[in-house]
Amino acid sequence: MTVARLELRGLSKRFGSFAAVDDLSLTVAPGEFLTLLGASGSGKTTTLRLIAGFDQPTAGAILIDGVDAARQPAFKRPINTVFQQYALFPHLTVRDNVAYGLRMRRVPTGEIADRVARALALVRMQDFATRAPRQLSGGQQQRVALARALVNEPRVLLLDEPLGALDLKLRREMQLELTALNKQLGITFIYVTHDQEEALTMSDRIALMRGGRIEQLGTPRDLYERPSSRYVAGFVGDTTLLAATVVATGDAATLVVAGVSVLAPPPVAPAEPLRAGESVWLSLRPEAVTLDIGAAADAPDAAPSVGINALTGTVREVVYAGPIVKVSVDIAGGVTADGPVLVAVHQPAALPVPALGTPARVTWPVSRAVIVRG
Amino acid sequence: MAERRSPDVAVAPTWLDRVRARPRLRTALTAALPVGWVIATLLLPYLLLLVQSFWRLRDGAITHELTLDNYRRLFGTGLYPRTILYSAGVAARVTIASLLLAYPLAYLLAFGGGRHKQLLYMAVIIPLWVSYLVRAYAWKIILGRQGILNGVLMATGLTHRPLDAFLYSTTAVVLALTHIYTPFALMPIYAVLESIPRALREASQDCYASRWQTFTHVTLPLSLPGVLAGATFAFVLSMGDFIAPQLLGGNDSALMVSNLVWSLFGVAYNWPLGAAVSVVMLVLTLAILWVAGRLEARWNLTGARVSAPASTA
Repeated sequence: MTVARLELRGLSKRFGSFAAVDDLSLTVAPGEFLTLLGASGSGKTTTLRLIAGFDQPTAGAILIDGVDAARQPAFKRPINTVFQQYALFPHLTVRDNVAYGLRMRRVPTGEIADRVARALALVRMQDFATRAPRQLSGGQQQRVALARALVNEPRVLLLDEPLGALDLKLRREMQLELTALNKQLGITFIYVTHDQEEALTMSDRIALMRGGRIEQLGTPRDLYERPSSRYVAGFVGDTTLLAATVVATGDAATLVVAGVSVLAPPPVAPAEPLRAGESVWLSLRPEAVTLDIGAAADAPDAAPSVGINALTGTVREVVYAGPIVKVSVDIAGGVTADGPVLVAVHQPAALPVPALGTPARVTWPVSRAVIVRG
Repeated sequence: MAERRSPDVAVAPTWLDRVRARPRLRTALTAALPVGWVIATLLLPYLLLLVQSFWRLRDGAITHELTLDNYRRLFGTGLYPRTILYSAGVAARVTIASLLLAYPLAYLLAFGGGRHKQLLYMAVIIPLWVSYLVRAYAWKIILGRQGILNGVLMATGLTHRPLDAFLYSTTAVVLALTHIYTPFALMPIYAVLESIPRALREASQDCYASRWQTFTHVTLPLSLPGVLAGATFAFVLSMGDFIAPQLLGGNDSALMVSNLVWSLFGVAYNWPLGAAVSVVMLVLTLAILWVAGRLEARWNLTGARVSAPASTA
């Protein structure tokens, strides 16, 4: 199998004084599923277009197995792309669309027929070979676009928000199919999306981009459980960010949130060590938080047990979301935060749904909070 | 129901209120003026032309007797079919020349251009604001005996005497008509090229097609509806032209079919025959527009609106 190691080295793309991609370096392992995740304008699509060769970098190198492709035209790179709106040729049948790349490279006719048939079978579109693209649904067009790219046996496959136009159910299906194809074919996938949930489910690693740079690079678990900054914590998954002041550092840092002392594990491999007196943010995932309401919240023995932090407040909002009920709690004592504390209450353990304004206590294990800066 | 109006709605509805209350009547009234205009200035004259073509010319006077003589004479005399064919030949050459000029220019406008795009576009459009006659006369100045072309040739020593070969020839007519109708060919081609998504050309390059292969396999096939619309414009407009042949064609053999119609209605005072020739030309033109419209609809895959006149034919 032709699997490539892809390395971006100091890659930049400037439009006038604006840097769409800013000195970006990244190594992608052979066969890896790497996602470029980011908000619009973060530079993820520009990075993809630079790798594909549709745009020329202002500076930097794009190494494919050690060979710099940055100055090669798109049609000479061993890379194929699945486009956002599929970009199937409207004047060609499904079969001719898939055969296009092989014909352009003058592959022998017999071989073309074989490979096209195999590629269409791979995406289960063999029965649609003679159709025109406009006769296909979005999901089917997506599969054809995938076959058109894969038939060329590229060393790297680029996917530019390929599922953006599909409905939720189909998108979930295609997510599973894409990850399966990545493992089955062993082709390196570089996947661009703004959907953090999609990135978490599909990727081996995620590069979260912001302002043309990589904010954090790591496994989905790294980004979700050990965000390196306030931006990452807020972008990936739901979270509550509480303003906190560091009181003491050590095996567990002591912080003050809204006048209450809480403990949290110190950041893993921080750029600078935590200092006492420093203002930081405490990131709290909803599923890590437990909710006590009414009498339980006021009980005299409500003092937190060892290894548990607690804050009190009132219920502000309750949102029913099927398997879970999302409860927001305003913390007493004028805490600065992005919003109220979010709590995910699982249905089986459901308390009676709390009324708005009910006094509430939120608790979480010390180990489940993350200190972030920024 | 015969019901007495209550005092608070005692104000009688005006005729305007009554019209407003009836949407179909309102639509009809709104459309009346433009529709009436089209009927009065387009359909009615065509109808009169059609009737005229069946009247008989007796002793130099038009009599209201129905006859097919005009059509018999039209197809029986070699002159008319020959002139129609000659006109079609001129129109075909103008069409080909216009397309060869318009396509690369439209391509440059759509995909190249950059910051000069506006300038380039104006360069194409501005000649359209210049009077037709000025443009036709300009060619007289360029091609004439004392013209610019002869001047250049003599100045460079290529010839010693001014040549008469340029002006008053079919080539001069083709040149002038090409100049005049190229913008009409360009605009639909430009519109269709603009409508081709960038991703399609990128997808082609992504699939190992060079720039030239991308052009021949993606851009050109997808732009055919525009090319067809442009060709239709150039062909139909130049086939019906009579001023350029009059000014630059010179002798009788370079006259086009519209010149014949002109003289039949003028000096020859044979309105019925002139009407018959006009009817034949009208039928030919409508047939071309109809075929072109059908083809464009079939080829149009990018959703561009390029066929303003053709699709309505």
